[in-house]
Amino acid sequence: MSNEIAILGAGMHPWGKWGHNFVQYGVAAAREALADAGVPWQDVKFVSGGATVRCGYPGYVAGATFAQALGWQGAEVNTSYAACASGSQALAAARNKILAGECDVALVVGADTTPKGFLAPAGGYRPEDPDWVRFYLGVTNPTYFGLYARRRMDVYGDTLEDFAAVKVKNSAIGSKNPRARYRKSFTAEEVAASAMVADPLRLMDICATSDGGAALIVSSLEYAEKIGKGDAPRVAAISTTTPTFASSVVEMPDMATDSAAAAGVEAHAFRSTLPLKAYEEAGIGPEDVDLAEVYDLSTALELDWIEDLRLAPRGEAAALLRAGDTAIGGKIPVNVSGGLACFGEAVPAQALAQVCELTWQLRGEAGDRQVKDAKVGITANQGLFGHGSSVIIKR
Amino acid sequence: MSDKPMAPAIDGWHTMEVKPHLIGTRCKACGSYFFPKNNDYCRNPVCDSTDFDEVELSRTGNIWSYTNASYKPPAPFVAAEPFEPYTIAAVQLEKEQMVILGQAIQGIGCEDLKVGMPVELVLEPLHETDDDIKMTWKWKPAAQ
Ligand SMILES: [Zn+2]
Repeated sequence: MSNEIAILGAGMHPWGKWGHNFVQYGVAAAREALADAGVPWQDVKFVSGGATVRCGYPGYVAGATFAQALGWQGAEVNTSYAACASGSQALAAARNKILAGECDVALVVGADTTPKGFLAPAGGYRPEDPDWVRFYLGVTNPTYFGLYARRRMDVYGDTLEDFAAVKVKNSAIGSKNPRARYRKSFTAEEVAASAMVADPLRLMDICATSDGGAALIVSSLEYAEKIGKGDAPRVAAISTTTPTFASSVVEMPDMATDSAAAAGVEAHAFRSTLPLKAYEEAGIGPEDVDLAEVYDLSTALELDWIEDLRLAPRGEAAALLRAGDTAIGGKIPVNVSGGLACFGEAVPAQALAQVCELTWQLRGEAGDRQVKDAKVGITANQGLFGHGSSVIIKR
Repeated sequence: MSDKPMAPAIDGWHTMEVKPHLIGTRCKACGSYFFPKNNDYCRNPVCDSTDFDEVELSRTGNIWSYTNASYKPPAPFVAAEPFEPYTIAAVQLEKEQMVILGQAIQGIGCEDLKVGMPVELVLEPLHETDDDIKMTWKWKPAAQ
């Protein structure tokens, strides 16, 4: 039995710093996805929301929030929270519902309004909270990205110019994306002139946080066939696997890794094991992939992901970049949406935004950003505590 | 700094000696180490032990990677005025087979560090309160 589902429609509210309620972005994205799918709202029997967690914020119950905003019509709801992987988990919930035969059509939606200023933990003396501990000791989000980047430089010989080249590449293509927040091309000189944040990463190497919303209308293959969309792009795999003990890379928000001292325990990095299930489930290999949307929380992290997805051997992503092979027109274009570099992160929407981009690419509707003859795309993102998601879309 | 007494920034995470140790736990059944201390349940998936020994972790290791903080972090971090950027190291402990983060000592920049470099654990002030000087662990390049 096939475990594929069809993507009938995709929609996004443009990313930005709009300052409106997040529900507004989710509704706009959902309505665009419904119109794109040609499916009436009343036919949607399951609303799966990617949630955001804010104190007292209704983003906690995203599924019901969006179902109410679009007009109660009796659909069942689900809410998923997995930090940046929330969207993929919401998509997985919809897939399960469809494959179980409990509904034909589902809406998957995520949206966020980013609070002003730093995302800081609650105060007091709370050493049992790893987030409190790391901020108290001076370890912020960019610290982790800086550590990974500096290790690439010392171990693989990556350079500051390589990292800047990722930003230049993503900003060049993202400047053509009407849904991106930052639509300006940057030069390597501009990246080098931006302020140092977490050595070796500068302000322009690190992604911002944004407001935005993304939505998908997904269905059983039978339903897609019935409404004349049998050739719609399909979700071929969703991997939300956790690491295998002992996780070897220190991950936000922890101060230490697992220990691999026990007999029979090997150190693993979750990012490289995450795509294995996706490839296995889709029955394809990295050589079949035409394009990838990866979580460039920093420029250097894009290079890590390229290797983790096995699109380049370990340590050789920078060589692929230098050859122009990760740019549009290259062997394996990466982040032709512009990536987080051009969007900024809207946490519960971002994993869905990646799938939206692949959907338009596989339908040949990406305009100036179109990857020629794209048939298979893969996403990768990460949540907290070293887990994330990888989704494969094919047509 | 003043002549106030020294106190650990976080109670029970490290000893207060001149040559300090981080304090972790070790599973009595499988030998996995944990930092910070884990006394509740072993996280090795093939081990269901709930018995742990409190242990002092190795106070030397090798740099896994390093970075710095060029901007003042938000609270609960307590910054000096004016803010002084500081360096951060992730250090691999051989015996424990784990990596532990911490600031590098004052006066050390990223240009002074390299992946694989040997380092040792020391204590330095994190910040001062009305009553005492809060000390924390930091990594210092090992004497040659
Ligand atoms: Zn154990």
